[in-house]
Amino acid sequence: MTTAIAAPKLPAGRTLALGTSRVAYEVKTYFRQGDSVFFTFLFPLIFLTIFSVAFSEGSFGKTASGAKVTAAEFYLPAMLAAGLLLSGLQNMSIDIATEKGDGTLKRLGGSPLPVLSYFIGKIGQVIVTGILQSALLLVVAAVAFRVPLPTDPAKWLTFAWVFLLGVSTCAVLGIALSALPRSGKSATAVIIPITLILQFISGVYLSFSQLPAWLQNFASIFPLKWLAQGMRSVFLPDSFKALEMGGTWNLGGVALVTTIWLVLGLLACRLTFRWIRKDS
Amino acid sequence: MTTPPHVSVRDLRKQYGDFAAVDGVSFDIQPGETFALLGPNGAGKSTTIEILEGYRDRTSGEASVLGVDPQRGGLEWKARLGIVLQSTGESGNVTVREQLAHFAGFYPNPRDVDEVIAAVGLTEKAKSRIKSLSGGQRRRVDVALGVIGRPELLFLDEPTTGFDPEARREFWELIRSLKREGTTILLTTHYLDEAAQLGDRAGVIAGGRLIEIGTIDEIGGADARTPVVRWRDQNGLQEERTTEPASLVAGLFAATGTEPDGLEVRRPSLEDVYLALVAAHTTEETTLEQLERSL
Repeated sequence: MTTAIAAPKLPAGRTLALGTSRVAYEVKTYFRQGDSVFFTFLFPLIFLTIFSVAFSEGSFGKTASGAKVTAAEFYLPAMLAAGLLLSGLQNMSIDIATEKGDGTLKRLGGSPLPVLSYFIGKIGQVIVTGILQSALLLVVAAVAFRVPLPTDPAKWLTFAWVFLLGVSTCAVLGIALSALPRSGKSATAVIIPITLILQFISGVYLSFSQLPAWLQNFASIFPLKWLAQGMRSVFLPDSFKALEMGGTWNLGGVALVTTIWLVLGLLACRLTFRWIRKDS
Repeated sequence: MTTPPHVSVRDLRKQYGDFAAVDGVSFDIQPGETFALLGPNGAGKSTTIEILEGYRDRTSGEASVLGVDPQRGGLEWKARLGIVLQSTGESGNVTVREQLAHFAGFYPNPRDVDEVIAAVGLTEKAKSRIKSLSGGQRRRVDVALGVIGRPELLFLDEPTTGFDPEARREFWELIRSLKREGTTILLTTHYLDEAAQLGDRAGVIAGGRLIEIGTIDEIGGADARTPVVRWRDQNGLQEERTTEPASLVAGLFAATGTEPDGLEVRRPSLEDVYLALVAAHTTEETTLEQLERSL
């Protein structure tokens, strides 16, 4: 007789419990890797510092009351958006491609860890490190560069949803993009140009309003432009919305485009993610 | 009712283009048995074991592991397996203890973390980061991760490559203790002494085919173990295979009245038997190829 041997039932709810245990494990290993801490975690802070110092004499416009907007104030929302992209998309895709290459995923794939728990761990790690990164940026901006932070709770509510939606979308897209590099070693070379170009065309390093209209339209396909716009709506004076496409903050557009990318990313993960490339 | 085998493979094939990595392999492994798969590099050992672990899909044939088709094995199936892969290069930013405690959480009924660490001889390294360990020590972490879930069936793919002789002996002791607990083990190795020490039965695989299967003392048949007598006379080195070596040596002495030069009586070891099997297979392949080409 070839009946299956009685298997112990795995307890219900273990996907979530293991996901939580993965978050702790992922956050711990993230901070133990010197290079990821430098290139993704501290990167926006370093750039905020460089821009604030280098362009301290530059002119970035005035508030309604006539006060000058400083370089630090102008670049803070851009760096917050860049942080989401780096912690989410860049870090996640390189990390997973490396884990695919070095056998981490093969080992996990042979264990009874649910794929969903692995994803929860990765996304949780991005959310935790993203929160710490943003908090650090806000504290340094406020304390060292005297950037006035908003006092209106509605602004912080906008910040909260743009942050959460942005960080989840970037994390999910990072997982999907990890399928792109053919090996762990080529991951950095494949991913960094993508994120670098996105940052240049989406108004992170260059002022978005000064880009040609066709480039603005092209950048509007991708989520980073919208995340940066959402962040500007929180941290820049309301009068600055005149510089945006269509002259409004268009938060509805931010929510819509980012959500579309979140759904596309989830679909791509579902369709492309494999513990290992079978038969390679 | 008889207990079904833990592993059952029938006419297993794995084709990559024109190349058959596994070419019609069949065997069973009974519960509690240790089965060694022997063969030269590239013979198809790892492909076979990876098909059974669910990592590769077979081209044709049948496979059943713990009563489940490995191509469709779910998490509950994986929870009953232990897998020690051939080689890994993970970043190892966690300590031995952290890694084992984390993996123990994946399984419904795991072994005690500290007991497993002690069993693989890493108690003193429990708080060291995995990346700071030597190659042999990292391999022991692999084995510890393979057994932490208290598997019913353990796959060991060349587990002791890179071990020094002492570490290999300690590792054998660990595997014997798992055998005593009733764990079924499928082991691939190219160390013949390892197969002889641990295996209840062995299969020899070459060119993707299982060319021999049996208990360790039976492999190659009784003839392959016929003692060989060697000596030197005025015509050079002489060699004779006989089931009565003592009579042969007595006859030699009686004929010449002197001690024969370089006298040696040897019973072929498992290694001799194995090398003869693989060599015979290779010659056969070559002859066939030559035949095909000449036609």
